Amino acid sequence: MSISIELQTVLHSNSALSWHEHSEQWLQIMCPAEQLPTLTRYLLEKEEAEFATLLVEELADQENLTVHYLFYLPATGKLIELKVAVKAGAELPAISDTVHAADWHEREAWDLYGLRFSGHPFLGDFVLHDDDWPEGIDPMRRQFDGSKRPDAHGTGAEWAPPRLLQEEGAIVFPIGPVWGDFNESGLWLLETPGEQIRYLHTRLFYKYRGVEKIAEGRTVDQGLLLAERFAGASAFAHGWAYCQALEQIGACQPPPRAEQLRMVFAELERIRHHAANIAEIAGSTALSVAKALAQGIVEDLLRLSARLCGHRYFFGVLTPGGLREDLNTDALEILHNNLPAIDQRMRALEQHLEESSSFLDRIEEMGTLDSQMAKTYGVVGPIARASGRNIDLRRNLPYGQYGFLAPDVPLEEEGDGYARLRVFFAESRISVKLILDLLAFLPDGPIHSPCPVREGHALAWVEAPSGATFHWLRCTADGLITRLRLGTPGFRNWHAFERAIEGAAFQDFPIILATWGLSVAENDR
Amino acid sequence: MSFWPYYGLKRGISTTSWPDGEEDSVGITPGRPRATQSLHPEESAAQCPTQALRVVKQQETSEHGVAVDFSRCIHCQRCRTGSHALPWSRDFAWGASTASAQPVLGSRFSASLHVLYIDAGACGACVNEVRLVDAPPYNLHRLGIFVTATPRNADVLLVAGPITDAMRTAILKAYAAMPAPKRVMGMGTCAINGGIFGESFACAGGLEKIIPVDLWLPGCPPPPLAIIHGLLSLVGRVAPASLEEQP
Ligand code: SF4
Ligand code: SF4
Repeated sequence: MSISIELQTVLHSNSALSWHEHSEQWLQIMCPAEQLPTLTRYLLEKEEAEFATLLVEELADQENLTVHYLFYLPATGKLIELKVAVKAGAELPAISDTVHAADWHEREAWDLYGLRFSGHPFLGDFVLHDDDWPEGIDPMRRQFDGSKRPDAHGTGAEWAPPRLLQEEGAIVFPIGPVWGDFNESGLWLLETPGEQIRYLHTRLFYKYRGVEKIAEGRTVDQGLLLAERFAGASAFAHGWAYCQALEQIGACQPPPRAEQLRMVFAELERIRHHAANIAEIAGSTALSVAKALAQGIVEDLLRLSARLCGHRYFFGVLTPGGLREDLNTDALEILHNNLPAIDQRMRALEQHLEESSSFLDRIEEMGTLDSQMAKTYGVVGPIARASGRNIDLRRNLPYGQYGFLAPDVPLEEEGDGYARLRVFFAESRISVKLILDLLAFLPDGPIHSPCPVREGHALAWVEAPSGATFHWLRCTADGLITRLRLGTPGFRNWHAFERAIEGAAFQDFPIILATWGLSVAENDR
Repeated sequence: MSFWPYYGLKRGISTTSWPDGEEDSVGITPGRPRATQSLHPEESAAQCPTQALRVVKQQETSEHGVAVDFSRCIHCQRCRTGSHALPWSRDFAWGASTASAQPVLGSRFSASLHVLYIDAGACGACVNEVRLVDAPPYNLHRLGIFVTATPRNADVLLVAGPITDAMRTAILKAYAAMPAPKRVMGMGTCAINGGIFGESFACAGGLEKIIPVDLWLPGCPPPPLAIIHGLLSLVGRVAPASLEEQP
């Protein structure tokens, strides 16, 4: 295994650590809890590791809970897992003071597994809302029956976060959970002395469907239906990550044609996702013609998708081992002929927007996440790339055939609303080009290889339209899911959103929100 | 100087003429399976992961067929192709009255219907489709249907998603605050029975578990024109469809 000499030295000089190569790419380090902070710091500072996700497992035959801390090295594409065993109800040292991106993960693990993290300042009311959910019941624990609501109830008291702003006349202005015309549910409390937003408290998980819990005990086949549907605007990306996990477990290699067509669908989804974000950005600044033009593009892409594969959102296109159906020559030609026109419309829209100074005024220097913050929070996807973080799993941890056909990664430095808009446009253009390249060299052949169901576990990933998504799957030999972890870009990026709001004017909240383009469904799961 | 009006005009009118005219543009709907006579109904029905397909055997004629329960269909497309495929329609008139539906709202509302949308755990697909009803290709306003953000102005409560627990209170409050006469529409298979998420510790698994519902709109997701069909059928401007189809 090609890990750095320093890391080898760390491993050999520390008798408390043992390790194991799960695969050529994946190094698993069994780590005693007390070593966790040091090792994490080492990985971050010396190896420039990126945090992928954190997950807890409670395996039937084991007394302890297992916590997997998953990292990857963007330079070499290695996965590094720190694996820690902990007694239920016990405490682990928090790593979120080093890896700030793990902050929400630790809060989630407390809420759902009752795992405490020493040194973590905000455990409590997070996924499970205290007004609604009875205290002391940890729904992800094995003994909890996920099929029905527990009999006990929550406190019933309305949630009130600590007020940070003490000056006279300061108010807390709530937005949500039901707000605006067609918005996703969530609650945002803006603390303001009048004009300027000083602090934002985000309360999500109004849409918590307990997907990771209800997946347990279902068949791996049902798991795919869930993976496609928990965040349907990125259905293909999440479905693909899930299929890759099953394919790893079954040692199945999808045929090249299937791999390339998967890339075609994934890039189409990215363009449509970004166009929908652009429509929302235009709409938030009351630029109705621009919004209408962007929505026209979204609708035409949805129709194109339905023509290609029967479904406007790519549901039911994937199957473990490849694709359910091939694209025939007609479909490929339709795609080939329609895409350039859509690209032209996107470019024209971008140009018109660039010429609208009143529009630019509203998104420039708005909702800024500077590069330091972006790094601290480990944001992913277009948000990261708009803040100077040069990271994209298609290139840093290639899957499918991205290793051979790595797309360009557009990079902006400012981290404001305008930078994000530019990234959305640039990525759409790059995706169009990538699809046309893929179509030009599409190999013939089958679109499916058999994918046997086996006992095992795997970590798979996809650069979803909104950023890196990591799916962990463990299943039994009969194809029943024992653990499905969805480490989504929404969960990662919402965490940083509060930082971009502070100091903004009150009326800019919806605009900033639109330029972030975050999915609540993807966060809440 | 703003050229936006010009850019808009240049694009031309893209709005559908439905319901006055026909609409069959490709891709406007995913379509859905049709009930059918079949020599191998068991094989066809077995493809469905959600038991939306049922084998029907007629005693007298010994003819066999497959019935479709749209309230369970999650558009997985498994019955669309292959040797046991069912025929698929390309329609979108999917809104279906519930068993407890109140009478249609009638002409007083036919040019002024106000809708409040609540997201109760919908995935991005239902959210995106509902956003598009307002877009030029569909243009809800031309039909005298308006979206409102407050329950006090709302005639119709439109709910999507499997009814997550944390959204129960908001739905109950909004429903109570709406003036009579009011109607409720559950959108997407999730709203009908929880869809792929079902009933669980986190979801009620169906809007009817918490408030009375007048109209179900099956589909995963129902496309924009299906949403419009549902709203128009609440007023009585178009005929509702059925939630089941027999061979
Ligand atoms: S498309 Fe609908 S009816 Fe057909 S198999 Fe899938 S869920 Fe069943
Ligand atoms: S009905 Fe289907 S598309 Fe709509 S929210 Fe549910 S899973 Fe998503």
